[in-house]
Amino acid sequence: MYKCGVYPVTEKTEISAGIYSYVISCPDVAELAKPGQFAHIKVDGFTLRRPVSICDADKEKGSLRVVFEVRGKGTARLADINVGDKTDIIAPLGNGFTLPESMAPGRRVILAGGGIGVPPLLGVARVMKGNATAILGFKSRERIILAEDFRRAGAEVIICTDDGSAGVRGTVADVLRDESVKGGADGVFACGPEPMLKAVVGECKKSGLNAEVSLEQRMGCGVGACLVCVCRAVRGGEEFMLRVCKDGPVFNGREVMP
Amino acid sequence: MKPKDLSVTVAGVRFPNPVIAASGTYGFGEDYAELYPPGVFGGISCKGLTLSERAGNPPPRIAETPGGILNSVGLQNPGVDVFIERHLPYMKKNCNVVIANISGETIGEYKKIAEKLDETGVDIIELNISCPNVKKGGAAWGVSAAGAGEVTKSVRAATGKPLMVKLTPNVTDIAEIARAAEAEGADCVSLINTVLGMRIDVKTRRPVLGNNAGGLSGGAVFPIAVRMVWQVARSVKIDVVGMGGISSAEDAVEMMLAGAKAVQIGTVMMGDPFAPLKIIGGIERYMEENGIDDLSGIVGKVKPW
Ligand SMILES: Cc1cc2nc3c(=O)[nH]c(=O)nc-3n(C[C@H](O)[C@H](O)[C@H](O)COP(=O)(O)OP(=O)(O)OC[C@H]3O[C@@H](n4cnc5c(N)ncnc54)[C@H](O)[C@@H]3O)c2cc1C
Ligand SMILES: Cc1cc2nc3c(=O)[nH]c(=O)nc-3n(C[C@H](O)[C@H](O)[C@H](O)COP(=O)(O)O)c2cc1C
Ligand code: FES
Repeated sequence: MYKCGVYPVTEKTEISAGIYSYVISCPDVAELAKPGQFAHIKVDGFTLRRPVSICDADKEKGSLRVVFEVRGKGTARLADINVGDKTDIIAPLGNGFTLPESMAPGRRVILAGGGIGVPPLLGVARVMKGNATAILGFKSRERIILAEDFRRAGAEVIICTDDGSAGVRGTVADVLRDESVKGGADGVFACGPEPMLKAVVGECKKSGLNAEVSLEQRMGCGVGACLVCVCRAVRGGEEFMLRVCKDGPVFNGREVMP
Repeated sequence: MKPKDLSVTVAGVRFPNPVIAASGTYGFGEDYAELYPPGVFGGISCKGLTLSERAGNPPPRIAETPGGILNSVGLQNPGVDVFIERHLPYMKKNCNVVIANISGETIGEYKKIAEKLDETGVDIIELNISCPNVKKGGAAWGVSAAGAGEVTKSVRAATGKPLMVKLTPNVTDIAEIARAAEAEGADCVSLINTVLGMRIDVKTRRPVLGNNAGGLSGGAVFPIAVRMVWQVARSVKIDVVGMGGISSAEDAVEMMLAGAKAVQIGTVMMGDPFAPLKIIGGIERYMEENGIDDLSGIVGKVKPW
C-alpha cells in the first residue's frame, strides 16, 4: 500500500557537509511506513524521481524523516527545498526489513551500515529498541552521521572509520568478524556500498547468520511497472531478475550476493 | 453541463477515451491500482510479450537525459502463456480495451503468439516490430518495408483480432513502412517506439546503460513523434495511434491534430503517476472550451502551410 501526494517539509538540517535531513509531515504515509522502505521524490525540472530511504517514521506526529547526500544534479536540486516548501512523494514503496516479531532474552540483531547507507537502519533500531547492535562505518570522523540517534533509539553503537580517526580502524565487515560482536545475534540487516554489502554477506555466510541487504538501482516508476530497476538473484539454483523497487529494496543477502 | 463523450474508435474497437497506457510502462495494469483504477485509461497495452519467458538485459537499464530517459529493458516478460493465465484475467476485469503487445525472434514466433492470443479475450494485438533493445528480431523487422510487410502478413493469417503494427522511428522513411503494414492487412499503426540513443559516464568512461545503447523516450522525442505521426497519417487510410513524449492534454490534442485517433503515454507517468487523469481531464476541458462534441473530428485537422 502506497500513497502519492504533496506534503510540507517541517524540518531541514545539514547534518554533515552535503548531507541533509528532512522531516516531512505526511500522516497517511507515516502510518504505513516500515523500516527499509523508500520514498520516490519528485525533483522539479527532471523527468525522473529520486529514490531515498525512509530513515524514520513517527506515527504519532505523522511525520517521515529522510536523510540524503548530494551526489548529482537531482539531489542538489532537492537540497534547495526549504522548511515550508512542499515535496511530492510516492511512499512508502518496496518491502522493508523482515523484523523478528519477538526476541528471546539476550538475543539481538546486528545493523551494519556504511556511509549514506546508515539512515534506513535507524528505523530498525527504533523498532528493536535495546535489542540491536549498530556497526556504523564511515570514511572518517567528519563523515559520521546519526550515531547519537541510534544511541537514543536504544541501540549499542560501534563506530568504525577507514582512517581510524574515530572508533575502530577498519570496515564494518572487519568489526563483524569479531566473535564477541556477532555471537548470539539473530541476523544482520545491512545497507551501504556494494563492496561493503558483499563483505558483510560473505562474513554472514561463514558464520551461518541470516543477512538482509538493502540494494540501490537506478529507477523509473518506483512501483514495479517498468522493469528498469532490476538486480540478479539466485533462488533454488535458478537465476531471476528482481525489481529493486517492488521485490526489494531489501533482499535476502544470499540470493542477491550468492 | 453534460459530460463530454471522449470515446474514439480505433481499428473498429471503441475506446471510452483516447488515452492508452504505452507498452512497457504500465506492466499488466496492476502496479498503479493503489492510486486509481486502471479503468481510467481508454485502453492498456501490456508489457511486450514473447513466446517464452525472457530475463531481459543486464542493469542498469535506465539513464536520465535532458527532457527524457533512455531504457534498455530488453523485453523482460514472463512469456505469453503466463500472461494469458495470470495477468489477462485481471486486465479483462479491470481495464477497458486490452492490447497485447507482442515480439518474436522469428516470424514463426510472432505467428505462434498470435495464435495463442487469438483464443483469448485480448481486444487488439500490437505487433512490436520496433524494439531497439533486443539482438534478434525486434526492430530488425521494422526497419524495412519488406520486413514489416512480411511479419504483418503472417500474423494477419494467424489471427482474426484487430492488428496494430508498432513502428520504429529509427528509419529513413517511416511512411513507406506504414504503407507496407497497411498493404498486408494491418488495421492500424502505432508510433513511435523509442529513438536509439546512448550516454557515457565521463568518470568511468563506461556507458551508463548495461546494454551500452538504449531507447530514448519522454518529452525530448515529442516533436519527432508529431512529425512522424503527421507523415504517416497522410500516407495511409488505416487509423494511427500516436505516442512519444506526450506529457499534457495539449500534447495529446497536438498529436491528434497531427493525425492520431488515439494516443499512448508512458514515460510521463514515471514523474507523475497521476498524468493519465490530468491528460484525460484536460482533453475534456479542451472539448468544452472549443465546443467540440466528437473528438474524432479533430483528428488530422492540422492546417499545414
Ligand atoms: C531504494 C533506494 C534508497 C536510497 N536511499 C538513499 C538515502 O537514504 N540517502 C541517499 O543519500 N541516497 C539514497 N539512494 C541513492 C539516491 O537515490 C541517489 O544518490 C540519487 O538518485 C542521485 O541522484 P542525482 O540526480 O543527485 O545523481 P545523478 O548521478 O545526476 O543521477 C542521474 C540518474 O541516476 C540515478 N542514480 C544515480 N545514482 C543512483 C543510486 N546510487 N541509486 C539509484 N539511482 C541512482 C538518479 O536517480 C538519476 O535518475 C537510494 C537509492 C535507492 C535505489
Ligand atoms: C521502460 C520502457 C519499456 C518499454 N517497453 C516496451 C515494450 O515492451 N514494447 C513496446 O512496444 N514498447 C516499449 N516501450 C516503448 C513505449 O511503449 C513508447 O513507445 C515510448 O516510450 C514512447 O512513449 P513515451 O515517450 O510516452 O514513453 C517501452 C518504453 C519504456 C520507457
Ligand atoms: S522502477 Fe519501475 S519497476 Fe522498478
